[in-house]
Amino acid sequence: MPNLEHPAYPAADLLHLESLVPCRESQVSMLLSIFGERQQFSFPSIFIYGHTSSGKTYVMKTILTTLQLPHVFVNCVEYFTSRLLLEEILIQLQSCSGTEQTSPVHCDTLNDFVRLFKQALTGRELPDQTLYIVLDRAEQLREMEANILPAFLRLQELTDRNVTVILLSEIVWELFRPNIGCFEPFTMYFPDYSIGHLQKILSQNHPPEYSADFYSAYINILLGVFYMVCRDLKELRHLAALNFAKYCEPVVRGEANERDTRKLWKNIEPHLKKAMQTVYLREISSSQWEHLQHDGGEPGQLKGLSAHTHVELPYYSKFLLIAAYLASYNPVRTDKRFFLKHHGKIRKTNFMKKHEKTSNHLLGPKPFPLDRLLAILYSIVDNRVAPTANIFSQITSLVTLQLLSMVGQNDQLDGPRYKCTVSLDFIRAIAR
Amino acid sequence: QHSHLLELLKRTTVHGESNSALIIGPRGSGKTTLLNHVLKDLREMNQVRENLLENPFLSGLLQTNDKVALKEITRQLQLENVVGDKVFGSFAENLAFLLEALRRGNRTSSCPILFVLDEFDLFVHHKNQTLLYNLFDISQSAQTPVTVIGLTCRQDILELLEKRVKSRFSHRQIYLMNSFDFKQYIKIFKKQLSLPAEFPDESFAQKWNNNVQHLSEDKAVQDVLQNLFHHTKDLRSLHFLLMLAVSAVTVHHPLLTAADLQEASRQRSSDSKANIVHGLSVLEICLIIAMKHLNEVYDGEPFNFQMVYNEFQKFIQRKAHSMYNFEKPVVMKAFEHLLQLELVQPLERPSARAQREFLLLRLLLDSRQIMDALQVYPNCPTDVKQWAASSLSWL
Repeated sequence: MPNLEHPAYPAADLLHLESLVPCRESQVSMLLSIFGERQQFSFPSIFIYGHTSSGKTYVMKTILTTLQLPHVFVNCVEYFTSRLLLEEILIQLQSCSGTEQTSPVHCDTLNDFVRLFKQALTGRELPDQTLYIVLDRAEQLREMEANILPAFLRLQELTDRNVTVILLSEIVWELFRPNIGCFEPFTMYFPDYSIGHLQKILSQNHPPEYSADFYSAYINILLGVFYMVCRDLKELRHLAALNFAKYCEPVVRGEANERDTRKLWKNIEPHLKKAMQTVYLREISSSQWEHLQHDGGEPGQLKGLSAHTHVELPYYSKFLLIAAYLASYNPVRTDKRFFLKHHGKIRKTNFMKKHEKTSNHLLGPKPFPLDRLLAILYSIVDNRVAPTANIFSQITSLVTLQLLSMVGQNDQLDGPRYKCTVSLDFIRAIAR
Repeated sequence: QHSHLLELLKRTTVHGESNSALIIGPRGSGKTTLLNHVLKDLREMNQVRENLLENPFLSGLLQTNDKVALKEITRQLQLENVVGDKVFGSFAENLAFLLEALRRGNRTSSCPILFVLDEFDLFVHHKNQTLLYNLFDISQSAQTPVTVIGLTCRQDILELLEKRVKSRFSHRQIYLMNSFDFKQYIKIFKKQLSLPAEFPDESFAQKWNNNVQHLSEDKAVQDVLQNLFHHTKDLRSLHFLLMLAVSAVTVHHPLLTAADLQEASRQRSSDSKANIVHGLSVLEICLIIAMKHLNEVYDGEPFNFQMVYNEFQKFIQRKAHSMYNFEKPVVMKAFEHLLQLELVQPLERPSARAQREFLLLRLLLDSRQIMDALQVYPNCPTDVKQWAASSLSWL
């Protein structure tokens, strides 16, 4: 019994459509009721927003191709300047109307676009049907010229034809609106999938060798670990595909059968936790992950991308980096106390009392002059260090490695100032 | 206002006077509609039929530049053959040539031309305002009767005009304000929804109109309209609402009901940011609550990721929940997702030099929105809710 009914479209098409878009029936029926029959005018512009991978692009494409409505589909990230965008729309329009050869189209401004658009539409065999122009990742339209977005919203009025512009984006409409106002589109929200929906959609992908229940139990476990952190359908699907082989291992090896949920859970749980730190963060690639699973090696041997940033530094460079970190994060006042042998007491001034709450660790590194760096360096290194060119060149190479960064212009009178750009964990790792 | 505009245009076409006027009104108040209506009426009047009115329609959105505008005028007046490959010294010469050409086209008298400039405020931003200057100049001096009508939504449009342009403008302004009250609003509602007499199916039209009459007296419907009226008076929003409600009418559901209108109104007025917050994962919600607390403590000063992470750690330690003990990079990824959704906005563009964790940011939601969103958030863990509602008592 199809949930989607519409007099204009054949029921078989609608049934097929429904099977392709699970858990999105209400959105699809709302869209169909807005589109109306083929030749009816619809809203001049529709703005659809929703979370990442909540199905906006997929549902839109599926509706338009299944019901064979004339449409033009353009991704604004791919065609990021106005000229590329407009030319692409005209080219797709040419191929949509069925002419075999596509003559090269030259379109610079919106004015030409409107003119060519009207010409292209009058040449088609079905001039009455609504043409849908779908712009994906519409937030890029804000970066283009200022008249593109308002013009697209009014395209029906400007060209006087039956055309509807649909904008898909993740960002809410309030952040799109230009300052002097524009023609407001009809905004529609694609709600995120609930945990039940996610379960249903992910379970549809089960490989044929195993039963659906077995796979659903696996998805249940996966969602239990990852749902709190991420609800993105694409990521979850990726993780499900990667880890399923490991999950099936006990069954394959014959240690447990399909229903031994407790054993399977014990097997897979530490694995999933490790996955969260590595594959989820894209620290290692999926092929490396599969390789690791295959070998059954110790998870502790994983060397993620961030592990590679622990470069091996020469002796003095390590001390330089530690000195830079100390210089960045300790206020100047405390230097005397920490680094000299005979220090006096530090009087707590009013200034310090007021600013006690904001620790430097939260605000980020402060810049320091070169002399201070050298002073701290001399006091932490045990043996005497001469200020040779070697030391200075090591400082420059630290800057090139982006472990230090230079602050200020090149020709400062007091000498160069630097800032340390690494975190405490890195320093700890080096200091070992 | 209708009669005013009609008079103006009649004088141009029949008597050959030149004029200029500006129609000012907020968005959706019907400026373009008014103009089209007037033009239609004009064309039907007998005297006008003899003098054909040429009507180049220019839009500020499309013609972003004076050169483009001039080409468009040429095209709309169908004078491309005449212009051919001539090179003109200045803009004024070009325009004068076009008008001459028109005059020669019609034997004795010159043809009145009506220039309509939509989004007039965008034309004002062109370089030197040459187009406007020339058009107004011609409307003041030349022999061909020319009327220039501009449509804009900015009230302060006259201040934007240059002095020389302003002096040539006749300062005739027609204001369109939505100055009707609620009773008239309901009447407009009825009129919009009623089917016209020419509708083919008589009995259905009758039933439909009766239904509309009932609806306009229904309390629930009046509430919906009252809500919309308080929010914005312009007719365009009413039009949208009705279109949305009418799209729910199908063969099985042939008459509009109050529930349809209520549903349409609910759709229109849902808070979009709350919807987005509804879809965030629990970790991201925790980060937003941490940011809310930081905003309260520091009175809205910008914060960075490190501070937010610290707050979150404090929450975990206080509750001693190992469930939320995620590694820092995982929390960073959730945070970047929030950046991508533009729920937090950096104060300045992130440069390659500065570290990402210390970039200063602002939260674009306020605490009322967050608390409301949390109420409807599905499966929210209770301790997270309690943390959100708690104040600085635990500091």
